[in-house]
Amino acid sequence: MKRKTPYGLLAAPLLWLVVAYLGALASIFATAFFTTDSFTNEVVPGFSLDNFRALATGTYAGIVGRTLLIAALVTVLCVGLAVPFAFVMARVVPARWRSVGLALVLVPLWASYLVKAYAWRAMLQPEGVLERTLGGTPGYGFVAVVLTLTYLWLPYMILPVYAGFERLPESHLEASADLGGSDWATFRRVVLPALGPSIAAGTVFTFSLSLGDYIAVSIVGGKLQMLGTAVLQNNVLDLPFAAALGTVSVVIMVIYLVAMRRTGALENL
Amino acid sequence: MLRPTGVVRWALWAFAGFVLAFVYVPLIVVGINSFNRDRTFGWPPAGFTTQWWQTALTAPGPREALVTSVYAGLGATVIALVLGTLLSLALTRFDFFGRSVVNLLVVLPIALPGIVTGLALQSAISNVLTPVLGISAGLFTIIVGHATFCIVVIFNNVTARLRRMGTSLELASADLGAGPWTTFRRVTFPLLRSALVAGGLLAFGLSFDEIVVTTFTAGPGTPTLPIWIYNNLFRPTQAPVVNVVAVVLVVLSILPVWLAQRIGGREAGASRL
Repeated sequence: MKRKTPYGLLAAPLLWLVVAYLGALASIFATAFFTTDSFTNEVVPGFSLDNFRALATGTYAGIVGRTLLIAALVTVLCVGLAVPFAFVMARVVPARWRSVGLALVLVPLWASYLVKAYAWRAMLQPEGVLERTLGGTPGYGFVAVVLTLTYLWLPYMILPVYAGFERLPESHLEASADLGGSDWATFRRVVLPALGPSIAAGTVFTFSLSLGDYIAVSIVGGKLQMLGTAVLQNNVLDLPFAAALGTVSVVIMVIYLVAMRRTGALENL
Repeated sequence: MLRPTGVVRWALWAFAGFVLAFVYVPLIVVGINSFNRDRTFGWPPAGFTTQWWQTALTAPGPREALVTSVYAGLGATVIALVLGTLLSLALTRFDFFGRSVVNLLVVLPIALPGIVTGLALQSAISNVLTPVLGISAGLFTIIVGHATFCIVVIFNNVTARLRRMGTSLELASADLGAGPWTTFRRVTFPLLRSALVAGGLLAFGLSFDEIVVTTFTAGPGTPTLPIWIYNNLFRPTQAPVVNVVAVVLVVLSILPVWLAQRIGGREAGASRL
């Protein structure tokens, strides 16, 4: 590696990223401190914490809380589904079928995000697949959003957890068995702690993707409001407030990333 | 060790089957639904027809949206290929002040929630592009937005390849008297080619399916295919056509990634994340 700044290589991409992206991003964070004239709906530049104050009270605090709850539930469900599934893929399925099994899980990851969310409408709607085959449907709303988001982000959890199982040294498992540990004790006291960083890496995806989602929520959520839909709703009439909501989701994500960094999750991304 | 037997083994197999069913049933239902004879959805379908496929293939709305999506994907991919490769060469072959900051900057567009990126680009369009340069939201702004988050896909693919390649061949070329440009043209680029093709396919696939940022950067007159579906999702009269377009979108979003895997191997698939 040469110790030299390659200006020729960096000029064009940095110009693009700084002007087209960083500039736009900085301006939207600044906008979060502006206000909106309530008569003309025009954005008034300045510095005010009004938007954040409004966020901390009533409806919007509820929306932030609900969004966090949904993101947490989706994350827990994804872990609950992904860990046993990845275990089967890594240690029960015969080696020659393993790549087929992995491909089966990966292919839906690439299938259109929008269509996957849309697919759950047919599942959840009245007289839909769930009602006709299982006898009932939760309908559009909170449960539907948790279910659909779990569906959407599940492969993002399975992949790192499966990679974690593959990295697990066989010798650790043998040592545990030699010392008299049952399969269950080995799983609980050797495998799960070793998987920690992989699971944490998966939660970065499931948590942050749930936090910013508004498409799936608007498709299966009925009247349910989350951070993303609130941003969209305020986008036209009160851009500074929408910007403040967006800023909040970025702040929550950064806090989550910093917390996860201590588990070693970021090296597993 | 830790190879479950008996009941536990069967329970685990059953659980894996349940997860696979959970993953596939909704997608299969959409596929079946595109042949549903009824206009309104009821399960199970009362009968089957290919009528909606014919309607969808001749309808102007989806076709124009498809063309927009293809142009947007091609434009974003070309820009991302150039910028991503330049960045990758700079960051893997040189060590300089601020290198890790640049690295973070590349990842930022996919690390931050898409809605924030979308909001930021939208305000840049309405505050700077339209009043100053006279460019309003449309195909151009879609391409700018998509290129911004496609750069990282190319960057990841090319960086993985450059690391594996090492520098010995490039050094040998320099020893034999080749300048940097000749070395790039005759040594580095041919070795990068398959990584570039795989990365380009992944970037195209990502752009083709994107909706979160596109909602903010596409003008009302230029919907991409996902935007067209989203706009018609809640219109009962369009439901049969939406189902067909949904199936097409699934196939067209899987195809590029599948091709990229065949060309670029495992390193290509992982970098989609």
